[in-house]
Amino acid sequence: MHQFIFGTYPYIALSVLLLGSIVRYERDPFTWKSSSSQLLRRKQLVVGSVLFHVGVLVIFFGHLVGLLTPIQVFDALGIGHGFKQLLALIAGGVAGAMALVGGLMLLHRRLFDARIRASSTFADTGILALLMLQLVLGLGTIFVSLQHLDGHEMTRFMAWAFGIFTFDGQAASYIVGVHWLFKLHLFLGLTIFLLFPFTRLVHMLSAPVRYLWRPGYQIVRTKKRGA
Amino acid sequence: MKVRAQIGMVLNLDKCIGCHTCSVTCKNVWTSRDGVEYAWFNNVETKPGIGYPKDWENQKRWNGGWERTASGNLRPKQGGKWRILANIFANPDLPEIDDFYEPFDFDYDHLKSAPEMPAFPTARPRSKISGERMEKIEWGPNWEEILGGEFSKRSKDYNFEGIQKEIYGQYENTFMMYLPRLCEHCLNPACAASCPSGAIYKREEDGVVLIDQEKCRGWRMCVSGCPYKKIYYNWSTGKSEKCTLCYPRLESGMPTVCSETCVGRIRYIGVMLYDADKIAEAASVEGEKELYDAQLGVFLDPNDPAVIEAARAEGVPEDWIISARKSPIWKMAMEWKIAFPLHPEYRTLPMVWYIPPLSPIQNAAAAGQIAAQDDMPDVKSLRIPVRYLANMLTAGDEAPIVSALERMLAMRSYMRSKTVDGVVNLGVAKRVGLTPHQIDEMYQIMAIANYEDRFVIPTTHREMVEDAYDLRGGCGFTDGNGCSSGTTGGKLFGSRKFVTPAEGWK
Repeated sequence: MHQFIFGTYPYIALSVLLLGSIVRYERDPFTWKSSSSQLLRRKQLVVGSVLFHVGVLVIFFGHLVGLLTPIQVFDALGIGHGFKQLLALIAGGVAGAMALVGGLMLLHRRLFDARIRASSTFADTGILALLMLQLVLGLGTIFVSLQHLDGHEMTRFMAWAFGIFTFDGQAASYIVGVHWLFKLHLFLGLTIFLLFPFTRLVHMLSAPVRYLWRPGYQIVRTKKRGA
Repeated sequence: MKVRAQIGMVLNLDKCIGCHTCSVTCKNVWTSRDGVEYAWFNNVETKPGIGYPKDWENQKRWNGGWERTASGNLRPKQGGKWRILANIFANPDLPEIDDFYEPFDFDYDHLKSAPEMPAFPTARPRSKISGERMEKIEWGPNWEEILGGEFSKRSKDYNFEGIQKEIYGQYENTFMMYLPRLCEHCLNPACAASCPSGAIYKREEDGVVLIDQEKCRGWRMCVSGCPYKKIYYNWSTGKSEKCTLCYPRLESGMPTVCSETCVGRIRYIGVMLYDADKIAEAASVEGEKELYDAQLGVFLDPNDPAVIEAARAEGVPEDWIISARKSPIWKMAMEWKIAFPLHPEYRTLPMVWYIPPLSPIQNAAAAGQIAAQDDMPDVKSLRIPVRYLANMLTAGDEAPIVSALERMLAMRSYMRSKTVDGVVNLGVAKRVGLTPHQIDEMYQIMAIANYEDRFVIPTTHREMVEDAYDLRGGCGFTDGNGCSSGTTGGKLFGSRKFVTPAEGWK
C-alpha cells in the first residue's frame, strides 16, 4: 500500500495533470479561465484573494525549490540541513497562515454569500475546501517538525521527491515510517494534482506574465495570408 | 502613411426619441443568455444622469481610458503593465454588478398558480443571480429614464463640470436629452491594451474590436480599462463580452441590428480611412481640448489621389475606397463638422460619433426678445447648455459645438425659406460657412435619411485572404467544443454548457 501511494500514485496523478491539462487546453479552450467572482461580490474578495494568492505562490515555489533542488546544491552552498528546515518552517508558516486566512475568507464567501453560492460549481467549492484542508495539514506538520530540528526528516522528503522525478523505483522507501501527518499531506497534495485539470486551478498555467514583454499595448489581427 | 479602413458610426442625437428599440433588439440578439442578463451592449441613457453603470464617465473614480505621463507617453489610467499584473488577484477598479444593476425577474407563475386569496396575487421580483427574493428593487436598467429620480442624484453627472448646475434643477430650466451608447470600437482601445492575455484585438480590415472567447482567461482588466464601461464580464462563463458591431452582418453589407431597427433613423454607418501611423501621436497630444482636432487629423481624405494610391498599396479593396468616398461618417465628421467623438479626453480615439441635439429656446417669454437673424436664435439661448454638450463631446471646447448647432439651425432655416417661401436664402448658408449644395446634401442625409444614405457598407473580402478550398466541409460558426459532432452529455472540465442566444430564450 505504501509503495502504491508514494511510489505509483505520484505517476498517475502527474500523468493525469499533464495529459488532462493538454487535452482541456486543446479540446475545450473556452472553459480555460480563472472564474473570477469579483463582479458579483467585492466584499471579502479583495483582502481574501490577495492573501490567498500571495501565500499560495510563496508556498508553491517554496515547495518546488525546497523539494526538487538536489541536496548537493545546498551542501555546496554551505546551507545546513537544520538551517534550511528552519527557513522552510518560518517562510512556509507565515505564507501558510496568510493563505489559510485568505482562503477561509474566500471559502466563507463562497459558502454563505447567496450570489457566489448560486454561481459556484461543485468543483469550485470542492477544490477550495481541499486546498484549505491541505493548508491545515501542511501547517500541522510544523508542530511535528519542531520535535526534530536537525533537518534529517526533511532530506528524506527531498530524496523522495527527487526520486519520483528521476524515476527511482525505490523512491517510496525513503519515506517509510514518517509521521502520518506528512503522509496525509503528501497524499492530498497528489490528489490535488490529479484533480487539477478538472478544476479552475488550470488558470495558474496561463498566468499572463508574457504581457510584460508584449511589444507595445495594442493587438491588431490581420487575415492577410502570410501575415 | 499606413492606410487602414474602419467602420464608423454616427448617431444624430437631434432625432433620438429614446424608444430603446436599439437596446431591445440588440439584447434579443446578443445578450439574452445566462451571465449577461445585466449587460446591454447598447443602452440608451437619459442625460443629465449618472448613467449605466453608475457614474461611468467619472474616470477619477473608475480609472478607465488612458493617461498622458509627464514624458508624453500614454499609459492605461489604471496603471502600466506591472501595475495591471499586480492587481490581478483583486482588481481595485472593477465595478460590482450592483453598479450596473442586479438582474431580476418576476414570479409570473404565481399569478396563475396562486390559491384563492383575499387579495390579488402579485408577481414579486427575484434575483436572476442568486434566485432569491428581492424585497425592493433599488436600481435597474435605465433607472433614470426621462429624468427619473431626484435632481440631487442625477446632477452627479460628470458633464456638469464647470457649470452652475443648481438652476437646472428648477422646473422651468430643466433640460433633457438621450444618449444611446455602444462600444466605440476605438482606434486606440484601452480594453485591448489592458488585456494581459492578449485576447482582445482590433481587426485590421474593418477596425472592429473583438474578444477571443477561447483566449480570454477572465482576468477582467478590460472591464476597468474601458472608460465607456462597455465590456461586460459574463459571470456564468467567466469570460468578458462586448459589442461586436454585429460583424457577421457588416461582413455581408448589412447594418448593425441597433442601426437597422432604429425607429428615428438616427444612425449612420460608413467607412473611414485613417493613418494608423498617426494614432499614437494623436492620442498623446498634450491638451485635452486638442484631442478632437488631433483625431480629425488621423482621418484620410478618400478623394485625395495620394490616399487612394496608398490605400490600394496597403490592400484596401476597391469597393471600400469607393464606399469611403460616399461615407456619411466622412461627411458629418469632416465635411460639415457636425459630429463629434464621445469624451475624446479618454484618449481612446473612439469611432462612434454623435451629432449634438438642438433644444427649445430656454425661455419662451424671452423668445421674442432674442435677436434672431434668419429665424436663427443664439445657440447660447438653447435649453441644453452648450458647455454641457462640450463636456460630453469635445472635452469642454465650446466653439466646435456652437458651430455645429448653428449649422443645423441654418439648415432648418434655409430649407424653411426654400420650401415654404420659395426663397433661396444664401445669406444664412454663408453665415455658417456652407454652400447651398452642402445644405441640400445635409438635408437629404440628415432629415430624409434614406436607408442607402445612412448605411454605406462594403462587404468583406474573404476571397482575398482565405483559400475557400481549405474551408470545404467546415463547420461554420461554432462555440465551445469546436467541430465535434453530437451532443456531449458529461462535462469533464466542470464548466457550464455554452448557451447560445437562441437556447437562452427557452
